[in-house]
Amino acid sequence: MKKRSQKKELLLQGNEAVVEGALRAGCRFFAGYPITPATEISEILSVRLPQVEGTFIQMEDEIASLGAVIGASLAGAKAMTATSGPGFSLMQENLGFAVIAEVPCVIVNVMRGGPSTGLPTFPSQSDVMQARWGTHGDHPAIVLSASTVRECYDITIKAFNLSEKFRMPVILLIDEVVGHMREKMTLSEMEDVEIVNRIKPTVPPEWYIPYEDAPSGVPAMANFGEGYRYHVTGLTHDIRGFPTSRPDEIGPFINRLFRKVNQNFSEIQMAEFFQTDDAEITIVAYGCVARSAKRAVIMAREKGRKVGLLKLITLWPFMRSAVEKVLQTSRMLIVPEMNMGQISREVKRVNRETAKVFALNKVDGTIITPEEILTRIKEVA
Amino acid sequence: MPEITKLIHKYLRHDKKFPHVWCPGCGIGIMLGALIRAIDRIGYEKDDIVLVSGIGCSGRLPVYVDFNTLHTTHGRALTFATGVKLAKPNLKVIVIMGDGDAVAIGGNHFIHAARRNIDVTAIILNNSIYGMTGGQYSPTTPYGMRSTTSVYSNIEQSFKISELAVTAGAVFVGRGTVYHAKLLDSLMEKAFLKQGFSVVEVIAHCHTQYGRQNRLGGAVEMMEWQRDHAVTVEKAATLKPEEVKDKILIGVLVDKELPVFQSEYERIRERAKGGAGR
Repeated sequence: MKKRSQKKELLLQGNEAVVEGALRAGCRFFAGYPITPATEISEILSVRLPQVEGTFIQMEDEIASLGAVIGASLAGAKAMTATSGPGFSLMQENLGFAVIAEVPCVIVNVMRGGPSTGLPTFPSQSDVMQARWGTHGDHPAIVLSASTVRECYDITIKAFNLSEKFRMPVILLIDEVVGHMREKMTLSEMEDVEIVNRIKPTVPPEWYIPYEDAPSGVPAMANFGEGYRYHVTGLTHDIRGFPTSRPDEIGPFINRLFRKVNQNFSEIQMAEFFQTDDAEITIVAYGCVARSAKRAVIMAREKGRKVGLLKLITLWPFMRSAVEKVLQTSRMLIVPEMNMGQISREVKRVNRETAKVFALNKVDGTIITPEEILTRIKEVA
Repeated sequence: MPEITKLIHKYLRHDKKFPHVWCPGCGIGIMLGALIRAIDRIGYEKDDIVLVSGIGCSGRLPVYVDFNTLHTTHGRALTFATGVKLAKPNLKVIVIMGDGDAVAIGGNHFIHAARRNIDVTAIILNNSIYGMTGGQYSPTTPYGMRSTTSVYSNIEQSFKISELAVTAGAVFVGRGTVYHAKLLDSLMEKAFLKQGFSVVEVIAHCHTQYGRQNRLGGAVEMMEWQRDHAVTVEKAATLKPEEVKDKILIGVLVDKELPVFQSEYERIRERAKGGAGR
């Protein structure tokens, strides 16, 4: 009996799995604003968070939602918000604040068709570039994706871990299909899950330098109210957190923000290789389209064609090494996306004339099917 | 040691931050003094205070004082403050905003924080102009006045910030001026001690921008104007409506009791844990 209670078989939506992952990662604060197709995340957390001494609040808009999330994180809570395209646009302002002030937080964007109000109930993958470059100013970004319900759980935990470890916002891009579809998922409470917490200062308060340039690039973070009084600002600041206009302080600071990510690719970048060892043609896909792509690979293999799949989980920083790996065997790459070619351009940039890269773009609110991918392969092969 | 020197030593940050960014004669210093005196009188620990600000002249205030200080994005200070307070309710959260910050770009956050009755104090420095960007008209620039973006005349009606806070549901609303510094001290003390969303509107002068463009004189003349145009709530009650028409009402405008968000949420937690959530 006991064993059974430790292992739960669940039929979950992607959005529900995000909630389970967030709670498992230690999320205790959520602020959000209702928006399709992300609303379930708010609804479920409004029930679950108060059960675990956490806090749920529905704010007046998405700007306020991310503001509250950042405030909660500075006070020591692991905090998250969830939205879709229109709300994600509103969050860009405070997203930049979280980057410059180095505040860990997780933003889930369940993508729907755009621009503007667009297609509230239809899937899309058109916020990939916005997630990278949406907020103004030069900045690093960590953007993850998920294509199965199980991944929604695992990658949400990963998103929290990376945000805590590198003191920066982490964006999880899923789409309407992944957010709303249901799959069986086995959840074991005994499961060994790695949970990362922010590094706190160990020095006495008078020695604490809040934005010190440590070798890791990540300064220790004191939470408000724990005796380390310091200044947090969206202005470019010196190592003490005070605004600066000195070039010799500005440059190293911005460089350090990038260094946090650039020297830790191996920890941040995740991808899945499916039948790529001998693949002459590799499909590069992510999110719901990766599901169709996997089916297309299976169907092509049945006909004896050497097709493989590179499924990107980390979208930013773009996983150059994974693409280079499949370029060793493949003479052709197909990049199906539910946008006009946001990742295919990156793939083309990595490819140095060793293969041909073809995009397959669909922006009509419907998912790309395995047949459509196979047809595209036939067209170009 | 004089009292003020003790306070300076205790509450101001000494490393690197001075001289401050404000113009000579600015009212922000008087407001900061009132804030520090009120905090000192109540006896809060410095570790327990989070001072949050937005953008503009007022936004630069927290950097000078030795609390947990948070300088946020324009108009959004109250949203950050909401998160801080809910995640750590034992902290005393004080928000500093300007008029553009609080009722233009942050107007929506302002009325909703009041409606929710989040336990934070909002102090709004109202100098009727965007000072830091060089003197553009704000939502509190009076009708008919000049600014760099209303050189012909301001054709918009202005907000009355305190009255807006009252209507939005703030449980404590007080208004003072930087001329009436002692009143400001007591308003801040009352606001800090109030459970729920409390507001102190501080009428101040911006002689550098608003005063210069409208030929209202320097800091002294503008503070004399405050002296001549302010009427206490108590005195106003004895006057005829036409006598107070062009006056600024100062003192406590509202002091009432309403359930505070955090204590209400504590009850939600109990219900959620008891399985009686629905």
